[in-house]
Amino acid sequence: MAGSNPNAKPMNLTLKVWRQKNRISQGGIVDYQVKDISPDMSFLEMLDVLNEDLLRQGQEPVAFDHDCREGICGSCNLFINGRAHGPEQGTTTCQLHMRKFSDGDTITIEPWRASAFPINKDLSVDRSAFDRIIQAGGYVSINTGGTPDANEIPIPKDIADRAFEAATCIGCGACVAACKNASAMLFVSAKVSQLALLPQGHVERKTRVENMVAQMDKEGFGACTNIGSCAAECPVGISLENIAILNQEFLSAKATSNNLA
Amino acid sequence: MVLESQIPEGPIAEKWEKHKFNVKLVNPSNKRKYDIIVVGTGLAGASAAASFAELGYNVKAFTFHDSPRRAHSIAAQGGINAAKNYQNDGDSVYRLFYDTVKGGDYRSREANVYRLAQVSVNIIDQCVAQGVPFAREYGGLLANRSFGGAQVSRTFYARGQTGQQLLLGAYSALSRQVAYGKVKLYTRSEMLDLVTVDGQARGIITRNLLTGEIEQHAAHAVVLATGGYGNVFFLSTNAMYCNATAAWRAHKKGAYFANPCFTQIHPTCIPVSGDYQSKLTLMSESLRNDGRVWVPATKEMAERLRKGEIHVNDIQEADRDYFLERKYPAFGNLVPRDVASRNAKMMCDEGRGVGSTGLAVFLDFADVIKRTSAEAVSQKYGNLFDMYAKITGENPYERPMRIYPAVHYTMGGLWVDYNLQTTVPGLYATGECNFSDHGANRLGASALMQGLADGYFVIPYTIGDYLAKTPPKPVTTEHPAFAEATAAVQSRMQQLMSINGTRTPDDFHKKLGHIMWEYCGMSRNAEGLRFAKQEIVKLRQEFWSDLKLAGTEAEMNQALEKAGRVADFLELGELMVDDALDRNESCGGHFREEYQTPEGEALRNDDEYAYVAAWEYMGDNQPEKLNKEELTFENVKLTQRSYK
Repeated sequence: MAGSNPNAKPMNLTLKVWRQKNRISQGGIVDYQVKDISPDMSFLEMLDVLNEDLLRQGQEPVAFDHDCREGICGSCNLFINGRAHGPEQGTTTCQLHMRKFSDGDTITIEPWRASAFPINKDLSVDRSAFDRIIQAGGYVSINTGGTPDANEIPIPKDIADRAFEAATCIGCGACVAACKNASAMLFVSAKVSQLALLPQGHVERKTRVENMVAQMDKEGFGACTNIGSCAAECPVGISLENIAILNQEFLSAKATSNNLA
Repeated sequence: MVLESQIPEGPIAEKWEKHKFNVKLVNPSNKRKYDIIVVGTGLAGASAAASFAELGYNVKAFTFHDSPRRAHSIAAQGGINAAKNYQNDGDSVYRLFYDTVKGGDYRSREANVYRLAQVSVNIIDQCVAQGVPFAREYGGLLANRSFGGAQVSRTFYARGQTGQQLLLGAYSALSRQVAYGKVKLYTRSEMLDLVTVDGQARGIITRNLLTGEIEQHAAHAVVLATGGYGNVFFLSTNAMYCNATAAWRAHKKGAYFANPCFTQIHPTCIPVSGDYQSKLTLMSESLRNDGRVWVPATKEMAERLRKGEIHVNDIQEADRDYFLERKYPAFGNLVPRDVASRNAKMMCDEGRGVGSTGLAVFLDFADVIKRTSAEAVSQKYGNLFDMYAKITGENPYERPMRIYPAVHYTMGGLWVDYNLQTTVPGLYATGECNFSDHGANRLGASALMQGLADGYFVIPYTIGDYLAKTPPKPVTTEHPAFAEATAAVQSRMQQLMSINGTRTPDDFHKKLGHIMWEYCGMSRNAEGLRFAKQEIVKLRQEFWSDLKLAGTEAEMNQALEKAGRVADFLELGELMVDDALDRNESCGGHFREEYQTPEGEALRNDDEYAYVAAWEYMGDNQPEKLNKEELTFENVKLTQRSYK
């Protein structure tokens, strides 16, 4: 159907794909050819074509994580030609379309590389470290019920908007994959900022930042050296400003800590 | 079995208060003696799991994703309804109740819907307290927008990603309880069977998707919050992993399945572009607040447009047919989803569709951009416009979007009583997984409301009533029922692996989707449905004799996961067709061509079909038995729905 370029021709591509049997086995790059790829296909639909071919030939399809294919669930996580989520700025792998590539291209596809994200199989990695960081304090400690009327907590629109921007993080881990130190600072800072900006988060702001940073370190993520590749590669545009807020929150919490643990 | 809906006595506005007083309570020190399994960690599951744990119960929460935050609730765009009346525009609990019953074309249970409207206001308070960053006005108070099927602005939103923000709120509450040790979280674990002991739900069998290991889990009660079954159609706005397996296995263990043919076709999705397509993407209904739906006034002009002889922006105002505004002046572009979808189909059937396949209509923002600015439009809908541009390669600020209806939501689901309990004692279903609140058509921004209402504010009360009657003895997996269920799951896995045919799971899934869309989709008729039934039976036989898989069941094997889900879709699809055949009327999303008004609107038959069809599994290859729950309407008068 008429996409932007109805006359675009189908493409033939060479894929160099990371294959790894399981967490403990050695992996390696395997070459595959795919044919007649429509420019209107998404990148993952192109991989579907490869996998259907492989399965029909009795070979194991390439394992990769994906789900919503709308750019919001954060499941997909491919390192394409050396870039987290591939060549298009501000785009998850599932929203990357083949019109960004040309006939005859060779495309290298790898999983996220970080010791805190062990490989499960092929292109699928374990990002449960992110969950444990949120469990360390990425919430407001209120129970269900007994909350005040929503409009009793007025929040200036610009503050609410900034908190929202920080809250749009999809937890995909591209920031870690893009960072030469495999640091999780952008991910952690997005949650810390959201809750530091909003009055609801103020009660626990000190313990929250201390505990989340401690968990981040424990998981084996690297340190932040302010390069900024995380924000440059973030598919939803989480701003580096959040890391500045995190640093400020962390320093002020440490200086006046009431974390007795 | 006689279906007991357990609707409390008394005036509708007092039922829930009375019921909350009448249900039994578990005393605080006894709560820690009860284990509850929650399957699914979307809005309905995460909110329930967190709330149970806060009360003191021990919770085991299961998700097949790598993290609870990936559940498909995350993709909901437009908003969440609540009867706050913050806009002073005449909203009330009663109005939300009324709109929802009417919007559902009078096939939902009044008492449930009223309760939903009542607790809707608490949801907003809860989410704001969690730090959910809803849109706000300059004065710092919450903003609202309007949605289809309503004439008030009662929808709370966070730009075009409300579901994401609400889910992350519920996920944060869940994460807090995981940290406290009150919730044990099982990720990448798929429920493959329900275990019943003496007729009561006592546990589940799961498969660890990383290792292939089959595991047993016992509890005093099981809650299914496993979403809907829209992926029966292959192409839908559901995420790729959304499936019916947990609900279907529960069905085969005794839980009745209600109104399976009630599926919602959403009017504003990005049209199909090719055979390789893996899913369809929704453009939020909120866009219909400002976007105007139209097609060329004549077939000839539509044809020239499709051939590329003229450009859409060159079509004069007089040559455009804003068909929803023309036919439904009172609601205009904001008619409910079923009405909007059917009308788009009619236009395309008349030959006035656009795009190269002719299966699309325009959604145009030129007017609002002129009236305000592109920037103002971007503020409201920026992420949706970006998504559209990425997928289609077209700029919706410069030319109208092309949209077409697609499967989006399933109103049907496991039958539950007022307590959200299924026909299996101790087994509950919440959110999209149950059938209860949306009748034959769900209104926009009501799915998020229902998921969170069930999880935060309904089931934490109602499950106590069951547990209080259950002795607080530890539960184990020692009962033979666990070993039996495990053996059955393992043998099914081996069976799938050993067929060694030629066709992939996706191949069968696509075929099934085609049958369902063609004959059990936007419009249905008896002849087509009977044909579809035969085709599904044939396809199912082919599946079990010609399926191709690779690898083993003792490792991560995504094709095997898919095969198990497709096998269940192949059974559920047939039941959907049976249900559509049984219901000799049109209502909401169920449009039987034989039953329509002279103007082509859905024609209900309240005398014969004002019931919930609750299907009972009778054994493999046996016809399912139809049980009826008669719907009584004491508060809302049944009328022909009119949005004119």
